[in-house]
Amino acid sequence: MEKEQNGKLTGSEILVMALTDQEVTKIFGYPGGAVLPLYDALLQQNSISHILVRQEGGALHAAEGYARSTGKVGVALVTSGPGATNAVTGLTDAMMDSIPLVCITGQVPTHLIGNDAFQECDTTGITRPCTKHNYLVKNVDDLARIVHEAFHVARSGRPGPVVIDLPKDVAMAIGSYSPPEKNEHKTYIPQMKGDASDIKQAVKLLIGAKKPIFYCGGGVINSGPKASKLLAELVRISGYPCTLTLMGLGAYPASDPQFLGMLGMHGTYEANMAMHDCDVMVCVGARFDDRITGLISEFSPNSKKIHIDIDPSSINKNVAVDLPIIGDVANVLEEMLKNWKSSNTKPNQKALKTWWKQIDEWRAQDCLKFSQRGEVIKPQFAIQRLYEATKNNDDVYITTEVGQHQMWAAQFYGFEKPNRWMTSGGLGTMGYGLPAALGTQVAHPKALVIDIAGEASILMNIQEMSTIAQYQLPVKIFILNNEYMGMVRQWQELLHGGRYAESYMESLPDFKKLAESFGAVGMRVDKASDLDAMIEEMIKVNKAVIADVHVEKMESCYPMIPSGAAHNHMLLGPEDNSQRPISEDGMVLV
Amino acid sequence: MSTEEIENKHTISVLVDNEPGVLARVIGLFSGRGYNIESLTVAEVRARRQQSRITIVTNGTPMIIEQIKAQLCRLVPVHKVVDLTIDGPSVERELALIKVVGSGEKRVESLRIADIFRARVLDSTNESFIFEIVGDTEKLNAFIELMRPLGLVDVSRTGVVAIARGIEAL
Repeated sequence: MEKEQNGKLTGSEILVMALTDQEVTKIFGYPGGAVLPLYDALLQQNSISHILVRQEGGALHAAEGYARSTGKVGVALVTSGPGATNAVTGLTDAMMDSIPLVCITGQVPTHLIGNDAFQECDTTGITRPCTKHNYLVKNVDDLARIVHEAFHVARSGRPGPVVIDLPKDVAMAIGSYSPPEKNEHKTYIPQMKGDASDIKQAVKLLIGAKKPIFYCGGGVINSGPKASKLLAELVRISGYPCTLTLMGLGAYPASDPQFLGMLGMHGTYEANMAMHDCDVMVCVGARFDDRITGLISEFSPNSKKIHIDIDPSSINKNVAVDLPIIGDVANVLEEMLKNWKSSNTKPNQKALKTWWKQIDEWRAQDCLKFSQRGEVIKPQFAIQRLYEATKNNDDVYITTEVGQHQMWAAQFYGFEKPNRWMTSGGLGTMGYGLPAALGTQVAHPKALVIDIAGEASILMNIQEMSTIAQYQLPVKIFILNNEYMGMVRQWQELLHGGRYAESYMESLPDFKKLAESFGAVGMRVDKASDLDAMIEEMIKVNKAVIADVHVEKMESCYPMIPSGAAHNHMLLGPEDNSQRPISEDGMVLV
Repeated sequence: MSTEEIENKHTISVLVDNEPGVLARVIGLFSGRGYNIESLTVAEVRARRQQSRITIVTNGTPMIIEQIKAQLCRLVPVHKVVDLTIDGPSVERELALIKVVGSGEKRVESLRIADIFRARVLDSTNESFIFEIVGDTEKLNAFIELMRPLGLVDVSRTGVVAIARGIEAL
């Protein structure tokens, strides 16, 4: 590649310079014909290291894990055609969960675009609905500006994935570099500060509440660690209960007595009942997703709803709210705290006491109870023991795949801090957890990173074991093995008379040997009495581990809001199913 | 039905950067989220700044309309979104080219009606006319209905363009 010619650079060199100026240090990718010049440029520098994954899908999830655990933008680099199409799932996942990513895709040279050239696909067309924004770079002199803009769009406002599609001839063309500008973007200007009078009004509503609740989500985490601190301060100063969505876990300390646990389909009884019965609800950086609301028409029917969100399109999308506040969560919470502290009125302590008394009655249901009897390991018990063994370690990151194990992890693993919990919430992508753990471990080499997995999900991106081996990443994979796609099986029991169509996992590998073949350590446990020793060993080993935990096969995940039901109609255990069959309307929901 | 559920027609003006794919973003948003497009027009209106104006006629409940506007605002190349239906009085016009084939009494009748509607004849053969008609959507619909029994064979419509009354600009 030509070096500088009168201050001019190749497109590839411009890209590397722009990434360096954006403080990128890690890229997850996979080479191919259309990105060879980029790889050549990467080879000739030292500030950015490249992690070679084994399939592009893995690169995107790894970048997501990196982004979620650091709060920085994750970067992926893939080739044209199949490289780009393999990236689509990860892009959609990041779009749904508002994860900042920049994905650079190679493209065939500009003169071949539209010709059905080898490894050509319409990347910007395909990724348009699953990215926050995308670019096709047609002129090398636009490249630096586009890269800087892409990072700005990805990380600001409601974060999301951005694709830069770079034709090979543009990557090889000679052009000039421009550093990032401080100027505001001409059209894209997210609203950061909430309206002062709305905030005042919100605090007034909150202070006047008799049965209040904080309902907070991933927006708190995306707003940065300061937002979580402010949230904790506001919740504590108010004495009000707080519940978190799946995406929000860690935004408020799980061990705090004011925390009601996760809400939603597999949330706690007390959280869902409190949501249903509250009179003032403050939704902070969450989006009234269908997993949260259950039956919309009966969702929290008697409450005034305050909704804080940076994305105006989240307001009134599913649930009509009384007081929307558009702005960054940290900004708005800070103003709310100021207002709260300077307010002359204080909450009605008597009403609050009655509310907590009611909540404690719901809590007394002990909805997450299970009984570990005998030697067959209950999956809940496995997570609980894993939590007990790791909770005093300050540097733990948990990722999950998707399914029952994910819900059990959310229920039984307590998160005290934000950015510690990486799970595919919106899209529900099986195969997310292993590459996400890989990306998290790359970002935090010394930390304990555990992928809580199911035996079905883990096989969806198992090839990334090879990446883990190459970079000697000590990722722990904790498989709850019940030989079923557990959540599918559970729904077949609920909705299809227990006819288990294709949900039994036949011909599973020997995970112990599988681990060993990738140079990792394999472990297996079948008895409850051996579980603690295996967990201890798994944590101690300074290598990647696959721990195959054989659990009770037919255990189902409770409590549960069955599809089409309202919050206050939770199933607390299998005995509830037969008494309340699911409606036909509920059958069509997912 | 409560007022929240009543669907109304809205005309929305969107000012966008005229960059490749911008129209696909707007259309993809509507199809991807299941919103209706009754008509859509687009053309560059500020050549120097490379900005285009898109006029969309859509329908939906107030909640859906609010969503449509918020989703449009979220697109990176979008400068401004204005709901002309609720943001004050506006004028709307549409142009149609209408081909009518026939002879004898019907041919004379079509010309007579065109005159009443102030439609212009753009092209004429022994057996056909092409009329140009400008007006709001209802006027065009009425004219087309009247032409149908008189030998209407082809219609081409621009879709609605609209602009707010008064001194305010988009």
